[in-house]
Amino acid sequence: MNEEFKVEIVNPEKSFLSKEDVTEVVIPAFEGEMGILKDHIPIISFLKPGIIKIFTKSTEEKFYVEDGIIEFKNNNLSILTSSIFNLRDLKKDKLKELLEKAEEDLNKDSNNDQFKYLVDQKIEVLKSIN
Amino acid sequence: MASLDDLKKRIASVKSTQKITKAMKMVAAAKLRRAQESAEKGRPYSEKINNIILNLSNGISDKENAPKLLSGTGNDKVHLCVVMTSDRGLCGGFNSNIIKKAKSYFSKILNEGKEIKIITVGSKGNDQLKRVFGEKIIENISFKESKNANYFDADKVGKMVIEKFESEEFDVCTIFYNQFKNVITQIPQSQQIIPLNNEKDQNISEESYEFEPDEDEILSNLLPKNISTQIFKAMLENSASEQGSRMSAMDNATRNAGEMVDKLTIEYNRSRQAAITKELIEIISGAESL
Repeated sequence: MNEEFKVEIVNPEKSFLSKEDVTEVVIPAFEGEMGILKDHIPIISFLKPGIIKIFTKSTEEKFYVEDGIIEFKNNNLSILTSSIFNLRDLKKDKLKELLEKAEEDLNKDSNNDQFKYLVDQKIEVLKSIN
Repeated sequence: MASLDDLKKRIASVKSTQKITKAMKMVAAAKLRRAQESAEKGRPYSEKINNIILNLSNGISDKENAPKLLSGTGNDKVHLCVVMTSDRGLCGGFNSNIIKKAKSYFSKILNEGKEIKIITVGSKGNDQLKRVFGEKIIENISFKESKNANYFDADKVGKMVIEKFESEEFDVCTIFYNQFKNVITQIPQSQQIIPLNNEKDQNISEESYEFEPDEDEILSNLLPKNISTQIFKAMLENSASEQGSRMSAMDNATRNAGEMVDKLTIEYNRSRQAAITKELIEIISGAESL
């Protein structure tokens, strides 16, 4: 049986990635990691900072995202995000820059708890990449 | 009549102007292609986000407590207008068209006894509006440094709008921009972004979604993003329109300069011939009198 479905990642500037032969996607949804297989129930959720893993039969790709929304419908997974990086292309210095910025954000007083939680997450994820 | 020398100088200067306008046209054409491309690439995102919001707002359980960004403050007193123009001139009617549209909207709102506040994006719009509506302009942003429209700039504007909305500075927000149709036609548009207008109710799918977390939370997370997205879309359309408008304006200018050169050349030749004839007559009549 065909286990493949379609994934599309778009950011505001362009269509970032489009794949037809995906077997599983793991996304860092707001309330915990979520794996999506073919014929998942239609779902809308949003993302927290984390790693998106996209599996095809033979390959595995990882992306770092800071935020976004996902929609799954009719075996079409759309991921809308404004900041996404392919882990393969994410260089050390860029990583460092992101981490520094996140730490800076954390030290601002004006933030509410939810924001702090998200930044915490971000730092954790960024550190784990290193 | 101007002397031969003057004519010669004028022809030279018109020709060099023509060279400039021609070069500008070429640059605009190249930029237009890029701007158009990015406008097309940006479309899926804004369409998708719009779709999700439509689906969500339909599924929302409790209309009364819907986020204010969606349903409005319930008032209709203070209108915020975001007028998006370019930072550079020499692009035909591009800026004046937006301004005209915005001004007619302003006077309509003012006649109804409501208040307006203006944010201008792009320095040209600010220049044109500050004479009449100077005291209404609360903010002026321009992105002269960034070459292309990018999302971070749009996000900045979006965040500012949301901040002002949350501190209850306005009730309704409308953005003004030029929609790119083709190189010759750009349509000035006004689009209301707060509260959200659900005009396209017909194409909502009957699909029921699972939400994680619940609808309200997703919606309140999504709506601010949508504002930025809509502004970004407007920026992309605007930059494509600007280049298109500049291209056709410069094309016209080049053609007009060509016509002018032709006319001046004819005039130059005529007066040269006239001078020769005059000299001949003088010589002949001089010879006859001998």
